[in-house]
Amino acid sequence: MLLAQILFVALLVTAITRFSRMVRKIRRNILLGRDERISGDRWQRWKNVLLLAFGQKKMFRNWIPAVLHLFVYLGFIIINIEIVEIILDGVLGTHRLFLPYLKGVYPVFISAFEVLAVLVIVACAVFLIRRNILHVKRFTQPEMTRWPRQDANNILIFEIILMLLFLTMNTSDQALQMHHAPHYVHTGRFLISYPLAQEFSHLSNGSLVALERGAWWLHIAGVLFFLNYLPYSKHFHILLAFPNTYYASLDPKSRMPVMESIVPEVRNMLGLPEEAASDGSSMPAHFGARDVFDLSWRHLLAAYSCTECGRCTAACPANLTGKKLSPRKIMMDTRDRLEEVGRNIDQHGQFVDDGKSLLNYISEEELRACTTCQACVEECPVSISPLAIILELRRYLVMEAAQTPQDWNAMFTSIENNGAPWAFPPDQRDQWTASL
Amino acid sequence: MHIPTVAELQARGEQPELLYWVGCAASFDQRAQRTARALAKILTHAGIRFAILGQEESCTGDPARRAGNEFLFQLMALKNIQTLNQYQIQTIVTACPHCFNTLKNEYPDLGGRYTVWHHTQFIYRLIRDGKIKLKPISSEALQLVTYHDSCYLGRGNGIYDAPRDILQALQLKIVEMAHHRSRGMCCGAGGAQMWKEEEKGTTRVNIARTQEALDTGSRTLAAACPFCHTMLYDGVKYAGKEEEVEVKDIAEIVAEHLQ
Ligand code: SF4
Ligand code: SF4
Repeated sequence: MLLAQILFVALLVTAITRFSRMVRKIRRNILLGRDERISGDRWQRWKNVLLLAFGQKKMFRNWIPAVLHLFVYLGFIIINIEIVEIILDGVLGTHRLFLPYLKGVYPVFISAFEVLAVLVIVACAVFLIRRNILHVKRFTQPEMTRWPRQDANNILIFEIILMLLFLTMNTSDQALQMHHAPHYVHTGRFLISYPLAQEFSHLSNGSLVALERGAWWLHIAGVLFFLNYLPYSKHFHILLAFPNTYYASLDPKSRMPVMESIVPEVRNMLGLPEEAASDGSSMPAHFGARDVFDLSWRHLLAAYSCTECGRCTAACPANLTGKKLSPRKIMMDTRDRLEEVGRNIDQHGQFVDDGKSLLNYISEEELRACTTCQACVEECPVSISPLAIILELRRYLVMEAAQTPQDWNAMFTSIENNGAPWAFPPDQRDQWTASL
Repeated sequence: MHIPTVAELQARGEQPELLYWVGCAASFDQRAQRTARALAKILTHAGIRFAILGQEESCTGDPARRAGNEFLFQLMALKNIQTLNQYQIQTIVTACPHCFNTLKNEYPDLGGRYTVWHHTQFIYRLIRDGKIKLKPISSEALQLVTYHDSCYLGRGNGIYDAPRDILQALQLKIVEMAHHRSRGMCCGAGGAQMWKEEEKGTTRVNIARTQEALDTGSRTLAAACPFCHTMLYDGVKYAGKEEEVEVKDIAEIVAEHLQ
C-alpha cells in the first residue's frame, strides 16, 4: 500500500508543479500587455461573474448547446468534488474516506455524480456529432484548422473516457461489495453502477479488483493529464472565463475608450489650457496596436479565454456576407501571436525582435471589413470583445502606418475642412430648415 | 416655421431648453433631411423650446474615430465641446445613433457632459406624457411595419423598446425580422463603412439585411438612424421594390400622424 501512496504523491506533485509552471507563463504573457486600470462598480463585476461564468447566462441564447454544455459544466464542477476524495484516498491509502462521515447521504451523492457522468457522456457524444458529422457551420470555418478542431475533439473524447473510467470504477466496486470482498466497505447502492454491477458479478474478485484499481488509477492520472493539457488548449476557458467576465468592460458596447496620451497634444493644438489633472500618461510605443504588447492585458486575458465557439463569427455581418473578417479568428490570432512571443521570451530570456507583429496574422482587409456593429461582443458567452482589438489595430493602421483607404482619407480631409464627412460647405448645414 | 439657432436665442438673452443636434447626415443628405424636418415639426408641435447650432455644428468625429483616426476625433470633439459649453447646453436630442453615442458616451472623457436623448426616446416620452396629439386611427392603421434596430442604439445603448413603443402607439402592427433586437443585423454603414467600398464578399451587408426586412412582407421599413435609412433604401432599390415598400424614419412616421 505504501508504494502506491508514494507513487500517487509523486504523480500528484509532478502534475501540479508542471501545471503551475504553465500557468505562470500564461500570466507572464498576459502581463506583457499594456497596463490598464480597472474602473467601475465592483458589484456589477461580481454580478457578471455570477451570471455569465457561473450562471452561463449568455449560453442560453442558444438553448440546445446550452443544455448540453450545462451538463458538461456541472459534471466538471461536481466531479471535482469527487476528485477531492480520490486524492485524499490516494495520499492516505484509504478507500472511500468520506463514507463514515456522510453515511446514508454518501450513496445519494455518488449516485448524483453517476447520473451527471452519464449526461456528460451523452452531451460530449452529441457535441462530437455536431462537430464531425453534422458540420455545424461555425465549427468548420477557415480559422478552424487542424489543431483547433483536433483540440475540441481531444477534449470531448477525453471527457468521455474519464466518465467511463469513473463508472467502471464504481461498477467493479459495487460488484466487489456484493462479494463481500475485504477492504471494499459497504456503501449502499449507487444508481447507475449498482444495476451494472449485476452483469459483472460473475467475475472473480481478483479481476474485479484489477478492474477497480485500474480504473481508479487511470481516472486520476487522466484528470492530472487533463489539467496539464488545459494550458495548451482552448479549454483553458474553464478557468479564465471567471476572471475574464470580471474584468470585461462595463461600458456601453458602442463606447470607445479615449486615447489619453494624445489629449494634451490635441488640446495644445486648439490653444486650450492644459488639463490640471494629467495622470502622467506618457506617450505609448505606438498609436493604437501593432503587436500584442500594445494591447491591454485585458485583451490578452480575453485571447486566452476564448473558447473558439464561433458565436461571434456566426453573428458578424461582415462574415455573414462573405468577407474575410471573422471575430473568432481575431481572438485566435491574438493568442497565437502571444504564444509565439512567449516562446521567444522563453528562448532568449527576453523578447528579441522577430520582425513580426500581430499584423502578420491579421490582414488589413479583415480589419477594414468591420462595421463596429458589436454583434460579436453581444454574442460572446464569456464577455470577450473582438471589436476592441480590431479598433486598436485600426488606430495603428491609420495613425502610424498611414495605411488608409483613399476614400477614408478623403473623408478625414472633409471632416477637417468642412466639419462634415462629406464635402459640403458648412454654410449649407442649416439649409434643410429653409423648406419648413 | 423658423428654427432658431442657439446663437440667435442668446442674442435675445434666451436659452433653449433643448438642443437639437442635427448631425451630418440629416443636415446634408436629402432623404435624411426629411427626418430632420419631421423631428423639428414634432418638437414644435409639443411646444418644446428648442434650437439648433446651425452652422456652428460640426461632425462629432465618430466616423474618423471608428476608422482609426483618434487624433481627428479628439480635434472635432474638443471643438464641439467648446461650442456646447460656451452656450451652456445641458440637454441634447439627436436623430442619429452615432451622434447620440458619441455625445453621450464619449464626450464625457473629454470634458463634455450633457443629458443626451435619442429622438425615439424623446418622442416616446412626449407621446406617453400626452404632449403630442395623434390623429385617430387612419386607413394606414394596423398596417404592417418592420423596425430595423440600429446597432448603436440597440446593442450599443440598450434602446430597443422606445422605437417599438412609438410604432405601437401609432397602432401600427410590427412584424419582426429574422434578426431583431440584440440579434439585429447591421445595415452595413457603421464603422466608417459608409465612406468606402465594402470589402470583397459574396454579397453586400445592406442587401442581405434588406432582404430580411422584405421577407416580413411589410410595406414600411422603419429606421431610427439616417445611415440605416440610406442603406435600407439602397437595398430596396436593389430589390426593385421602391414602388411598393417605403423606408421611413420613426420621426417621419410620427410627424405624419400629428393632429
Ligand atoms: S463589430 Fe465588427 S467584428 Fe464584431 S460582429 Fe460587428 S462587424 Fe463583425
Ligand atoms: S470571442 Fe467569444 S464568441 Fe467568439 S469564439 Fe471566442 S468565446 Fe466564442
